[in-house]
Amino acid sequence: MTATQDPARTTEEGPDRPAFTYIGKDRRRVEDPRLLVGRGGYIADMKLPGMLHAAILRSPVPHARIASIDVSAALEIPGVVAVFTGEDVKAHMDPCMNFGPATITQYPIAVDKVRYVGEAVAAVVAENRYIAEDGVDAIVVEYEELPVVSDPRAALEPDAPVLHEEHGSNLGYERTFEFGDITAALESADLVVEDELHWGRSAGMPMETTGAIARPGHNGVLEIYCNSLNFSYLQFLLAAALRIPSNKLKMQPVPAGGSFGSKFTAHKVPTLAGFLALRTGRPVCYLEDRLDHLMNSDHHGSDRYYKVRMGFTKDGLITGLDVDVVDDYGAYMQFGVGTHGNALSQAVGPYRFRDLRYRLRAAVTNKCQQGAYRGFGSEVHNWVLERLVEQGAAKLGIAPEEIRRRNFVLPEEFPYKIPGGNVYDSGNYPGVLEKALSMIDLEHWRKEKERLRREENRYIGIGIATTQERSVFSSTEFWFWFDEPPFPITSSPESATITIDPTGAFQLLLHCQAMWGNSPETVATTILAEEFGIEPESVNVSYADTSRALPGTGPGGSRFTVMVAGAVRGAARKLKKKLIDIAAHTLEVAPEDLELVAARVQVRGAPERSLGLPELAASAYFFALNLPPGMQSGLEESYTYDHPYTTLPSPDRSDLGVFYPIMGHACHIAVMEVDPDTGMTKFLDYVAVHDAGTVVNPKSLGGHVTGGAAQGLGSTLYEELAYDADGQFRSSTFLDYLVPTANEVPPFRIGHVETPSPYTEYGIKGGGEGGRMVTPSAVSAAIDDALREYGMHVRELPIKPADIVATVQAARAKG
Amino acid sequence: MKPPRFLYCDPDTLDAAVALKAQHGFDALMLAGGQSLMPMLNMRLASPGVLIDINGITDLQRVVRTDDVLEIGAGVRQSAIESDEQVHAAVPLLARAVPHIGHVENRHRGTVGGSIAHADGAAELPCIAVTLDAVIVVRGASGEREIPAKDFFQGFLSNACAPDELVVAVRFPVTPAAAGTGFVEVARREGDFALAAAAVQAELDEQSRISRIAVGLAGVAATPVRATAVEDRLTGAAADPDTVAAAAQLAADVVTTGDDLHATAAYRKHLATTVVMRAVLAAVADAEQRTQNGSAS
Amino acid sequence: MTTTENPAATDTRTITLRVNGREITRTVSTRTTLADFLRDDLDLVSVHLGCEHGVCGCCTVLLDGQSVRSCLMLAVQARGHEVETVESLSADQTDLHPIQEAFAEEHALQCGFCTPAMVLRCKEIIADGRTRTDEEVRREISGILCRCTGYQNIVNAVQNASRRCASTGQEA
Repeated sequence: MTATQDPARTTEEGPDRPAFTYIGKDRRRVEDPRLLVGRGGYIADMKLPGMLHAAILRSPVPHARIASIDVSAALEIPGVVAVFTGEDVKAHMDPCMNFGPATITQYPIAVDKVRYVGEAVAAVVAENRYIAEDGVDAIVVEYEELPVVSDPRAALEPDAPVLHEEHGSNLGYERTFEFGDITAALESADLVVEDELHWGRSAGMPMETTGAIARPGHNGVLEIYCNSLNFSYLQFLLAAALRIPSNKLKMQPVPAGGSFGSKFTAHKVPTLAGFLALRTGRPVCYLEDRLDHLMNSDHHGSDRYYKVRMGFTKDGLITGLDVDVVDDYGAYMQFGVGTHGNALSQAVGPYRFRDLRYRLRAAVTNKCQQGAYRGFGSEVHNWVLERLVEQGAAKLGIAPEEIRRRNFVLPEEFPYKIPGGNVYDSGNYPGVLEKALSMIDLEHWRKEKERLRREENRYIGIGIATTQERSVFSSTEFWFWFDEPPFPITSSPESATITIDPTGAFQLLLHCQAMWGNSPETVATTILAEEFGIEPESVNVSYADTSRALPGTGPGGSRFTVMVAGAVRGAARKLKKKLIDIAAHTLEVAPEDLELVAARVQVRGAPERSLGLPELAASAYFFALNLPPGMQSGLEESYTYDHPYTTLPSPDRSDLGVFYPIMGHACHIAVMEVDPDTGMTKFLDYVAVHDAGTVVNPKSLGGHVTGGAAQGLGSTLYEELAYDADGQFRSSTFLDYLVPTANEVPPFRIGHVETPSPYTEYGIKGGGEGGRMVTPSAVSAAIDDALREYGMHVRELPIKPADIVATVQAARAKG
Repeated sequence: MKPPRFLYCDPDTLDAAVALKAQHGFDALMLAGGQSLMPMLNMRLASPGVLIDINGITDLQRVVRTDDVLEIGAGVRQSAIESDEQVHAAVPLLARAVPHIGHVENRHRGTVGGSIAHADGAAELPCIAVTLDAVIVVRGASGEREIPAKDFFQGFLSNACAPDELVVAVRFPVTPAAAGTGFVEVARREGDFALAAAAVQAELDEQSRISRIAVGLAGVAATPVRATAVEDRLTGAAADPDTVAAAAQLAADVVTTGDDLHATAAYRKHLATTVVMRAVLAAVADAEQRTQNGSAS
Repeated sequence: MTTTENPAATDTRTITLRVNGREITRTVSTRTTLADFLRDDLDLVSVHLGCEHGVCGCCTVLLDGQSVRSCLMLAVQARGHEVETVESLSADQTDLHPIQEAFAEEHALQCGFCTPAMVLRCKEIIADGRTRTDEEVRREISGILCRCTGYQNIVNAVQNASRRCASTGQEA
């Protein structure tokens, strides 16, 4: 299967690619020194003169009309400056930005109704946060409670209570895609595995919450400092909500203490801060505290109920996949069903079957809305695929590594177009599996498993998972679900500006809020170093606010390294050309005879004839009469790098186009011990091999894989954003939302394989999310394997010790 | 998440603390280590009018061993107990349990008295107190009284102190040199509150039968509880795994905690029998080893 | 220290304490947490608020050399004590303390939010000069949550720091 359209290919593929000087090395991060001395510059560290603080009154009930709000007692408290409710919002704001149905709108404070426990009902602005919270305690709200809908399947019943009257039902969206002929594929199968699965919601839960400081500035400009990662070219949507001209809103990037998706387009926090600043005329700081964030982050993860079928031949070849999924989006749908676009980007996993049906129903319920969490919905689909493949292997008596080998797309088949339309750019799935198998002695562990069961009554399990890790999203995945999308965006660019100052020193300007721990400065300066032969630490990196920013999408979908590399390289090419042109003019040689090596422009074959960057810079800034005729003074170039390979979906949606082609792949192998009487688990070994194309900084990528795998582990065994049947939120503190500590996370042994992408600069692929996209599958498989004799079958995440013990006890009772 | 308004005082003598508590009654809360109270204040789940900080009262910070009693002052830090050789020798079960209390950072501030007074049925120290028949010493306006542990813990986070009383010390009986101890806890993560924990102290006779045994459980009821049916079954019994396993089944009957986010009632019952069995076997093995090594205290 | 028999309960207090080696006297509201006092009154913004209920550990400071959760202490409780934040190791980005160097070398930080806490905890752990297994180190750092690294590199950094401080004889 080949691509329908061959985009421009880069030269970084195959064994002939150039050896790099800076790329591919373990370098210390340039971000570290300031973080190590405690000067990370986080939003909570900013103190503006005259700044006030906001605290939020949140709904204690899941579904109710707001009958009355009495703020008089709050206003009497010394130090309380103002209190705002949904009435103020209704009078002065338009709805928040929204990629979901137009009939499901939201505001930063609830208007008329609350739809989940934790929704904002009032905002108190005061001299400090202590007093603001005193104000919150003094507000009296009367709620007229409405019936609650907590289960998304019940939400879709005809008589279910409706959350959004304008929308008319709780069905946010429904669509079925069919590619190939699933009915025939399953009928022809020798074995059809059926299952019902539930992936419960967890969340990125960074140690730093989302926060913003808004300040009415000069000339009617509203300044908002925020740690959220908003598209620089979509901030006009925040301005629209605040009813100010788009060029009078200036958003200033602020480094974040972690995101993992939770700060991806986290628009409500800056919108609220902006609203409060506009209404009070003062600088206002709104920082979520942990309670705010747990129940109202607007970034809960996927929460899906699946009915699935997968067909196999007797030799273990997958014939087709039939998916029926109900996704519980919570009370709003800010990103539409983009998380299912993510699933479709790698719908068949690394396997080569062609027949697929995907039925999606998105339901709204009385819960906090979903947002983004590392994997953005594709990690869930990976888990579903691997659950089915595991069962196929078990039922057919084929070893789990072997069934995968038989089904892999092979290296010679790339670029590979999957059912649905996306393309996988390159890969070596058998190679990644072999690498993982070479790092762990499965023979030994399989023998140990038998021995320990026999001799010591201990239960060991081995789980293998092989999954895709797509990277570099394209915006079409947000809207190709709709036949007539209101806003069919196809752009997701990234920009960079390189300046060489008069002394020859480098400035690099990034055009988004890029820093949340993902090493954007290290990556960008490494690319710059590779291009110019300078040391990365010598570069000064800064971030453009939106009044100056070129289009920048920011981190998300593991896109940033690839995209910033493209932007930096593009700007570098332009700047190198200028330097060479200046040198050519000065040295009186042809530009083609010059090359830039180690920060000097030199004559090919005669390197002693050269000019250094300081000399060239001096010419550029000070000696205009020495420049080639027609050349402008200065040494600054910008480049906006668009997604290297995106295509439109066909109008009938039989082909969704290419939207996530930079496709990484990974294999995890977990060896676990399970205690059948306590349900407690322990890791005996864990190997994770990832192929993210050309690796810019192996240690940094390893850090992402490890951290991602730890989060995958969390979602699998510990973390749950739980609501009960009455819509009450149960995971309200860190005593109930269980983030894994160093005790729970094992040492993951990491391996790298590099299959460069033919479509990106340097052949880089994104790897930031991959760890989380595989771990749940490997751990589920290992637990099943350990307790197979008791019929253990993981079908719900998180896996609770109580469920493990219940399975074992039930099996023992049967005898 | 900032504390609400309150008035703060920090008496430096026990008498002054008692006087203040008498003055304010239940409107005053005692601030010891703060590891339980401060989260509640930050989340505004408690709104005392007055906070009485007892961290400056040196009289409450002593560990005193007499022949058969180890008395730990209410203000003694949990981390001090953890590393105190005297405690390891006199009440080894205490030494086994303390490392399970939260994390090191909590134990650097958390106090013995604070944990006992907080009376959480899933906490380790109340469980040890009940298992070993410790005595809680409280003092109020009318003087000092001793409350047996089994009477001190009255319900969920509720203790037997009168409005004017505060905990000043806990007295543990010194463990006989030949007694073996075992402590087994199951929690979602290490350092979390116990889903179920069993504390066992056992003595063996010359035929290696159990001559005396105490079995306490945390996490299974509103207060820590003794599994007396298990104790009765095992007293005088052989200490082999089958006998112990059969007796441990009786532990399920003291489990009253229902379903919650982290455990079902059925799971807790099974856990209770499992941790009891494992802790008893550990205590028996410990007792056997002590007998072999010769019992030096 | 006051010797009043029956001290009045108040909502403000003047306190004196040592912070990063300097004696400080301030008047504070008695409900101000130690974490907020350090951050807002003394601009020691390396102390981070991650949860404000004593679980995440990002607010960790050394109180008389011991790691404590500063969100679970009132500022007034620190009077007469010694408080250290990460600025006491080094506040100079070009001249880092060996522990900070170890963290950089081992890539033991990504977003940096838990890092000051981990660095201080590391200081406390390695102070006894004892050799530890990786598993022991994991247990020792389990009171601080990290969401970015998955912990292994932090374990490596503690081991690295332990070796550095042992070999130079430098007091952690």
